[in-house]
Amino acid sequence: MPIERVTTAVIGAGHAGLAVSCMLSERSIEHVVLERGEVANSWRRERWESLRLLTPNSQSRLPGFRYQGDDPEGFMTMSEVVEFVGGFAAAIDAPVRTHTEVTNVRSADDGYRIATSQGELQCRSLVIASGACNVPSVPVLREAVPSSIASVTAFDYRNPRSLPEGGVLVVGASATGVQLADELRRSGRRVLLSVGEHVRLPRTYRGRDVLWWMEAAGIWNQRYDEIDDVERARQLPSPQLVGSPQRTTLDLNALAAAGVEIVGRLAAVRDARALFSGGLRNQFALADLKMNRLLESFDEWALGASDLAVGPPERFEPTRAPEAPRLHLDLKSGEISSIVWATGFKPDYRWLDVPVLDRKGRLQHDGGVVAAPRLYAMGLPVLRRRKSTFIHGAEDDARDLVEHLARAL
Amino acid sequence: MAAAVNNGVNVGALLEAREALRKMPEAAKFTWRATCKWKKGTRSKTFINNFFGLGQEQKHRTEFTFEADHPEIFASEDCGATPVELVLAGLASCLTAGVAAVAQNRGIQLRSVEAKLEGSMDIQGILGIDSDVRNGYDDIKVTFEIDADASQKDIEALVAQSQKRSAVYDIITNPTNVSVEVRKKR
Repeated sequence: MPIERVTTAVIGAGHAGLAVSCMLSERSIEHVVLERGEVANSWRRERWESLRLLTPNSQSRLPGFRYQGDDPEGFMTMSEVVEFVGGFAAAIDAPVRTHTEVTNVRSADDGYRIATSQGELQCRSLVIASGACNVPSVPVLREAVPSSIASVTAFDYRNPRSLPEGGVLVVGASATGVQLADELRRSGRRVLLSVGEHVRLPRTYRGRDVLWWMEAAGIWNQRYDEIDDVERARQLPSPQLVGSPQRTTLDLNALAAAGVEIVGRLAAVRDARALFSGGLRNQFALADLKMNRLLESFDEWALGASDLAVGPPERFEPTRAPEAPRLHLDLKSGEISSIVWATGFKPDYRWLDVPVLDRKGRLQHDGGVVAAPRLYAMGLPVLRRRKSTFIHGAEDDARDLVEHLARAL
Repeated sequence: MAAAVNNGVNVGALLEAREALRKMPEAAKFTWRATCKWKKGTRSKTFINNFFGLGQEQKHRTEFTFEADHPEIFASEDCGATPVELVLAGLASCLTAGVAAVAQNRGIQLRSVEAKLEGSMDIQGILGIDSDVRNGYDDIKVTFEIDADASQKDIEALVAQSQKRSAVYDIITNPTNVSVEVRKKR
């Protein structure tokens, strides 16, 4: 039986892969979208229950498709995201093959040979849109944690009831870490939050959502080739934000006020003791300085913009350092019964048999153009712009990359 | 404006080295060494002259020595700084070098930089009086006084970045594995 041939294959039917599909259809480039589960699969199955988008509804935009409800400042729940992305797939009539898991990709025949759970395909060009958060990234010191402590990643965490009774150490203070620490604290538990490098942001600034500012002031449109140290920008943890109906700011001061104990970066687990870094104050200083620089850039932009309906400039209280942050925690004392690793996620490329990964397993690409013929990536942090991983960031990247792809065919 | 700034740091060379080492991570592996000889009592002398880095043995321009002792109130002869004070010296000089390098990189002209360090310690720990008291510092406070062509905020950012990139700051704030071997000399 001859192998099935397509011009272009897209791996992943999330918002990024579907945005690419839309652009391919506009150019009448024949393609398929291979999806291991259902459309918007990660949003369906790989997130905790209370999660809402960090971006307000007004920023839920895909090519020719936008939020139509009556709450532009609200934040979608996961089921609403699934509905939104599914609505887009239907609107563009994307050629999605669900329950088709890619198990291997290799160079073959002037293109790529794709092995899937539903058989093989040969394509001339390939777009990897399988996501930036496929597997949790957990430090090796996890292995030194005694077995009496339940150790779960943010990937497996669903709700506070899914953890054994008792105190919790949340490791990592990105959006994930602060949200889980807050939720666990509200459930009545004792919570310690271990904080390393982090990105502090207020939810609202001068009366508008901080992500409205990111877009309006042009920060989100900064291109990857205009950023000083793009490698660093790509490694940054997600900002300390939560999408809540109350539009609350969830920074470390708010968490400390709610009774969460802030400790330094988890540096080692030795003799059943967790050891925390004594460098917490400087982590605060760095995050406060960075936030204030960003707010200044908003103010500067606002000076030159006319007819802006915003309030006066604001400055926020510096992050309050605990008088004497604790440096260790006895994991056998019963003070905590579980650790939640909110230490980030990474893509999973175990199926990718093309030599395009660097020594740390990261995909090497120049603004999504991967270092192999007609191979592209979508939906990775700061792929082509600061907004690349956000839903509304997919459109511009997809347009650029499909233009490149069309020329390369 | 950046071109006129001179803090005596060759940032160009440092940035070039960073790019080169990004491509050859093996060459970035260094080993630092010190040899210490007991003199008498609490007095010792440490000699520093060679290290390993960039794939080969390296030598300091000249040998450096440091005398250490304990003060007279500990019934010693006070022939040198106490070892815990040498730790403060290491932290201070590492952060200060970082301030100069970052300032150069950011185009900030420094006129003077002074760091004052205070480490507090309850010596009941080292004397074995109270096992709940640790041996080492329970707190270290660093105060920088900097005169430079920059705003207060930019100077704060300078010092924050210096801490972020400092080896000694990392060594002190994070645990490090230490293994001590013993050989009997014949």
